[in-house]
Amino acid sequence: MSTVETELPEPASKIELPAHLGGGGEIPTFDVTLKVRRYDPEFSEESKWEEFTMTMYGTDRVLDALHKVKWEQDGSLSFRRSCAHGVCGSDAMRINGRNRLACKTLLKDLDTSKPITVEPIKGLPVEKDLIVDMEPFFQSFREVMPFLVNRGHEPSKERLQSAEDRERFDDTTKCILCAACTSSCPVFWTDGQYFGPAAIVNAHRFIFDSRDDAGDMRLEILNDKEGVWRCRTTFNCSEACPRGIQVTQAIAEVKQAILSRQI
Amino acid sequence: MQVHKYDVVIVGAGGAGMRAAIESGQRARTAVLTKLYPTRSHTGAAQGGMCAALANVEEDNWEWHTFDTVKGGDYLVDQDAAEVMAKEAIDAVIDLEKMGLPFNRTPEGRIDQRRFGGHTRDHGKAPVRRACYAADRTGHMILQTLYQNCVKHNVEFYNEYYVLDLLTVEEEATREDGTIYLQKKTAGVVSYDLATGELHVFQAKSVILATGGAGKVFKTTSNAHTLTGDGMGIAFRKGIPLEDMEFFQFHPTGLAGLGILLSEAARGEGAILRNSEGERFMERYAPTIKDLAPRDIVARSMANEVREGRGCGPNKDYVLLDLTHLEPAHIDAKLPDITEFARTYLGVEPYTEPVPVFPTAHYAMGGVPTNIATEVLQDNDTVIPGLYAAGEVACVSVHGSNRLGTNSLLDINVFGKRAGVAAAEYAKTADFVDLPENPEAATVALLEHVRTSDGGEKVALIRKDLQDTMDANMQVFRTAESIDKVLADIASFEERYSRITVQDKGKRFNLDLLEAVELGFLLELAKVMTVAALHRQESRGGHYREDFPDRDDENFMKHSMAYLDSNVTVESSAESIAGIRLETKPVVVTRYQPMVRKY
Repeated sequence: MSTVETELPEPASKIELPAHLGGGGEIPTFDVTLKVRRYDPEFSEESKWEEFTMTMYGTDRVLDALHKVKWEQDGSLSFRRSCAHGVCGSDAMRINGRNRLACKTLLKDLDTSKPITVEPIKGLPVEKDLIVDMEPFFQSFREVMPFLVNRGHEPSKERLQSAEDRERFDDTTKCILCAACTSSCPVFWTDGQYFGPAAIVNAHRFIFDSRDDAGDMRLEILNDKEGVWRCRTTFNCSEACPRGIQVTQAIAEVKQAILSRQI
Repeated sequence: MQVHKYDVVIVGAGGAGMRAAIESGQRARTAVLTKLYPTRSHTGAAQGGMCAALANVEEDNWEWHTFDTVKGGDYLVDQDAAEVMAKEAIDAVIDLEKMGLPFNRTPEGRIDQRRFGGHTRDHGKAPVRRACYAADRTGHMILQTLYQNCVKHNVEFYNEYYVLDLLTVEEEATREDGTIYLQKKTAGVVSYDLATGELHVFQAKSVILATGGAGKVFKTTSNAHTLTGDGMGIAFRKGIPLEDMEFFQFHPTGLAGLGILLSEAARGEGAILRNSEGERFMERYAPTIKDLAPRDIVARSMANEVREGRGCGPNKDYVLLDLTHLEPAHIDAKLPDITEFARTYLGVEPYTEPVPVFPTAHYAMGGVPTNIATEVLQDNDTVIPGLYAAGEVACVSVHGSNRLGTNSLLDINVFGKRAGVAAAEYAKTADFVDLPENPEAATVALLEHVRTSDGGEKVALIRKDLQDTMDANMQVFRTAESIDKVLADIASFEERYSRITVQDKGKRFNLDLLEAVELGFLLELAKVMTVAALHRQESRGGHYREDFPDRDDENFMKHSMAYLDSNVTVESSAESIAGIRLETKPVVVTRYQPMVRKY
């Protein structure tokens, strides 16, 4: 048994706080216009743009603006959301032409002098307004064997793993399956069969886990013509990832592993 | 309308539901019905860790964990349940590791552990390293790992199927003492397919409720928009009691004004709280374990600092979480997500500046009563055959009047597993209960009312007014007066709710309709919480009555049980609460007699 951390010195009972603490005064307000791509096949096969204008605060996010529309102006505006702070992955959408999470995009960080465009993510069938059919996306995820396979002797306690081995795949464990990466990929837009970055990220998470024994099978799956070789390294996926995962790098590491057959 | 038939139906796909599904799916024909895609569930927002006395980094044992849980819950914990949880915690963590969960590791390669509020060595002597963790996204890792294993075992999901009714039948039965009573039996559930607006009836031998909490009754909350207490609501409407609903946990460190959670792990890693004078004020309230006191105590201390004029910011309405004495590399390694929340949402750099925080509504200690086998009770001890509940929707009662940090991730794993095994085993020998005639009738009527009501009242506005009054009057400090105010407000909200108008008239993804139905549950649950708070004339754990500031074991060392009862009229009830009957249930005490709770 060992104690891994040295004890921290006790912090001071009292410190001098700088005068500015707590931020300054009033939160600014401003007017914004959302330009939203609307579609409801129950009433029309055509999609159309619709604009909504409202007053918002400096701390508000695009999700707050969408809620304000839904709750005060048009209750039929439809979008998915749940946690509202970037961990559940429900509200990926195309905001000013870029894939982002609506709950993580602050209005003040966008150009509010022009209408902010909000569209569904691309490459997946639109169901209604900003809601797309996520089934093809999850199907690709399921196909890469996204679970630990261990054929070795099962210890009675935990399997050991060094901190370095654990660190090897840390980045790709952050994925929240929001589809921002996959639906930003030009290859995915034109070829719906391509696994897409998110599935490869989740394969990476297991291929490089020292406890896993099915890396070869996953590499075989991704060596398919719809696998990693479709990737054109446009980096859209890395830019889109709201979790900051180095998606393109993960894909490159999988490509490298296929070529060398060394994990 | 379609009818489906399964041995086991699980309602909800968060940690408890999926942990149950992994067990049940390998033993019986199982369907999981979930309002959200499984990976959207709020288990994924949990951050800090999951406690188990692995003793990987220092001496520890499950008995100490049991004691901490009982004391943390201010002795309202059922001690048999706490003992089960603390003992089975060790296997629950090992199970997750074997399923692939990437825990942080010690230099020896074992699962690393860190400190958390209220978890102590040898009955309160000092903080202990008991929380197993994966950076500050332990809940995310648990949710992903459980979903991955559901994929591995081909668990059948019905995504975006919103369960709106629990189907039960009642039969006359005789107790041992000869009295006749109505025995409830489980027949299935009715669900609404959000994509199409169609109703689906699921007949099942066993039903597991795993729908999570109801934090959206409050304005400032760490909870997701979707946590509207649906499972508690459908059970309550079926005459099943709700236990200990007056106990709601306010997590001390929500981002000020937003409620977004900053894990207690921050304090576990050495962060401290300061007031406007720069004082580490927890030294005054909990001299031994200070900032690592249980959440109810820290939240009240913070609110008290603000009330006494030592709050920070332009409105002096929050305090500060100070990480500036920690090494940036240590913060990056152990707390990457929460420091990013501070940067993204408040524009504060935690390396150099303390972060504005204030208590945020976080967790319902109460819920649908179960025994330690996760079987739902229709009164103090009568089991409803085939009905199970686990996780935040349930009250087994391992959390008593205040849950310790990390014990919720533990609860969902231990009792989720128990529910999955028990429901599948029951289904092996039980017969299907015949569906009632027109099983969907009540749901059709509910939806029809919501869809066609045309009084012009806006759902969002009523919900906002409810959340405002709950924040103002039912938060960390309560009095008879503040509680009465909420009850009067809720009566007016119910009247307004009968006159709502839903704008979206379509069938497809009608989330406008969904929000209206959810508000119905919120109003009902807020009322139950408030009535139970009025009756509990003492202060215990998360329930603090300024007009009754002391714990009163003689009169209140018992669980509250709230029943829907149309025979309770305004006139017949001293507190003018129509429709709710309150009873009590004894607390299970095994080895720990109540003591004064000091830290």
